[in-house]
Amino acid sequence: MSKLLKPGTYFLEGNIACAEAALLAGCRFYAGYPITPSSELMHHMARRMPEVGGVFIQGEDEIASIMMALGGSAAGLKSMTATSGPGLSLMQESIGLAAMLELPVVIVDIQRAGPSTGIPTLMGQGDIMQAKWGSHGDYEVVAYLPSTPQELFDITIEAFNTAEEYRVPVIVLADKIIGQMYGRIKVPDHSEIKLIERKKPAIPPEKYMEYLPYDSRELIPPFAAAGDGYRIHMTGLMHDDRGYPNLSQEASWKLVTRLVRKIRENARKIAKWGEHWIDDAEYLIVAYGSVSGPVRYAIKKAREEGYKVGLFRPLTAWPFPGWRIKELDNSGVIKKFIVIEVNMGQIYHVVREYVRNAEVIHVPGAPGYLPEPQRILSYIKKFCR
Amino acid sequence: MIRELPPAYKDIEPLIRIERLPTIWCPACGLGIILKLYTKAIVKSGIPPEKHVIVSGIGCTGRMAGYVRVDSYHVTHGRAIPFAVGIKMAKPWLTVTVISGDGDIASIGGNHLIHAARRNHDITVIVVNNYIYGMTGGQSSPTTPSGSKTMTSPYGHIEEPFNIPYLAYAAGASYIARWTVFHDIQLLNSILKAFRTKGFSVIEVLNPCTVFSYRNNIDMLELIRYFRTRAIVKRDVKFEDLRIEFGKPIIIGEFLHRTDKPSFEEKYLELKKKIGGG
Repeated sequence: MSKLLKPGTYFLEGNIACAEAALLAGCRFYAGYPITPSSELMHHMARRMPEVGGVFIQGEDEIASIMMALGGSAAGLKSMTATSGPGLSLMQESIGLAAMLELPVVIVDIQRAGPSTGIPTLMGQGDIMQAKWGSHGDYEVVAYLPSTPQELFDITIEAFNTAEEYRVPVIVLADKIIGQMYGRIKVPDHSEIKLIERKKPAIPPEKYMEYLPYDSRELIPPFAAAGDGYRIHMTGLMHDDRGYPNLSQEASWKLVTRLVRKIRENARKIAKWGEHWIDDAEYLIVAYGSVSGPVRYAIKKAREEGYKVGLFRPLTAWPFPGWRIKELDNSGVIKKFIVIEVNMGQIYHVVREYVRNAEVIHVPGAPGYLPEPQRILSYIKKFCR
Repeated sequence: MIRELPPAYKDIEPLIRIERLPTIWCPACGLGIILKLYTKAIVKSGIPPEKHVIVSGIGCTGRMAGYVRVDSYHVTHGRAIPFAVGIKMAKPWLTVTVISGDGDIASIGGNHLIHAARRNHDITVIVVNNYIYGMTGGQSSPTTPSGSKTMTSPYGHIEEPFNIPYLAYAAGASYIARWTVFHDIQLLNSILKAFRTKGFSVIEVLNPCTVFSYRNNIDMLELIRYFRTRAIVKRDVKFEDLRIEFGKPIIIGEFLHRTDKPSFEEKYLELKKKIGGG
């Protein structure tokens, strides 16, 4: 443990805080490909991974990088890659494979402005939808929305726990501002950091013929790694409990429903969000990531002038805490939900799904540009009346 | 359902997922021979099956992983090599083998092939070259010989095929060989040598394909005879002379076996030791 970041308070760049959190979470495999604005994370891993006895490798592209990370995970190591929007797009097919093989992996996406090359050096929030829907077919992933370097640190540890517990790919959707901002990072006592390891098979390796890598009697089957002696088979084809290809309607239903159920039925356990100034709020701003910074500032100013405005801050995009939005809407107190985000309506779209009574207003933003507090204040003054 | 293998195959029986037989492969395809030889090599290697891993991509050969009773992974198209590299880096004591086709390894996965060779990862890659995309119905592949007909080159292929041994050599592989499925003893020995080579090993295996013979109006038996009779074993050959031209003799053999170059895994271990990482 001595080689890990010691408990205490540090002043760190978000990307580096994220890398250190991963090491504290037990990540010992990093494969990545350089991309602005996530590269500092990779530079740090290149230095730190060999120090802690883990694996660092620079892939020839993002596809190779995530596939190496999946190989590392198949061999039993907690594995990670980091990238930005274009890289996440390239990784999508492999994310589908991770979902299908139920290989835990953490993908950190330091979002930048898109589409395409966009503005590599400025922030963006355009990957919310591709995080969930990017690969073909039906599956579930978990995606987090940290808003500060400290939150990125805490959530990275949680992301590993979620990936390991549910055998699922987990995406941490930070952005350029969070990744490259310096902030105060409190590292707790290592004994206070709760870590979850993937469940091992209860059957001993000698009885490998009895082990089912995708045992459907459990939503999350125990995991045997390469070299553990279970001589498993894993395939991206539709498969049965033994991992053998099975293209029948029954096998298809059984597998795909389990892949989505293991997340959907645990959505309330996984989902996180923050509520601020909500007790007397009649207007609720929905904002996340770095945008929630200027939003908080604007709300404070607006409240000084008597506006009854609060903030709902989803910390998981997927699963989205829609039931809480529904409760707030059903309370009859909230008149308007105002979704402020730097995209053309990615979380707005989701919020609308849960709101039946109140009005839902969308405030889009130009990719790359964090809305200024004054502008947000003017929106509050315009909409919250 | 097949419950046991014929007596001649008893040695490899524990390594075959018998419950999955028969294979999906066409009659006259040589993939069954490669399955037999790979599993025989596992037996002869003296390395316990629990320490062998096979990774395959997509295509006819991509199904190979599904029939072998070791830790076996059937991943996405073209990505078997980086997945295998991940396993090898995480557990360097495992013997990791990739078996996939020419389309999977040399086309969609071509970039991974050259970079894994450049870094000299200690894995074995068996490229089964049948000159064509068989499973998807007979499209041209990066190894389709010029002039031959496929569904996507109906007037004759106007592209140059990859010379896989030359490519592997230029990229930095440590062991390079080419055989056909009829050279079973040589191929078996090659696989064993590749297991032992501390570095990136590439074995190209030429395999007659009914889809290819059909598209080119060649009798399948003729094609099989061609592989058997027109393949010439040569040593000390120039890599650029290993180009495959349809209808001309094919040079096969063991072309490179380097022992002087450390693998990526060895170098990484050294690096960790140097900086005191445990």
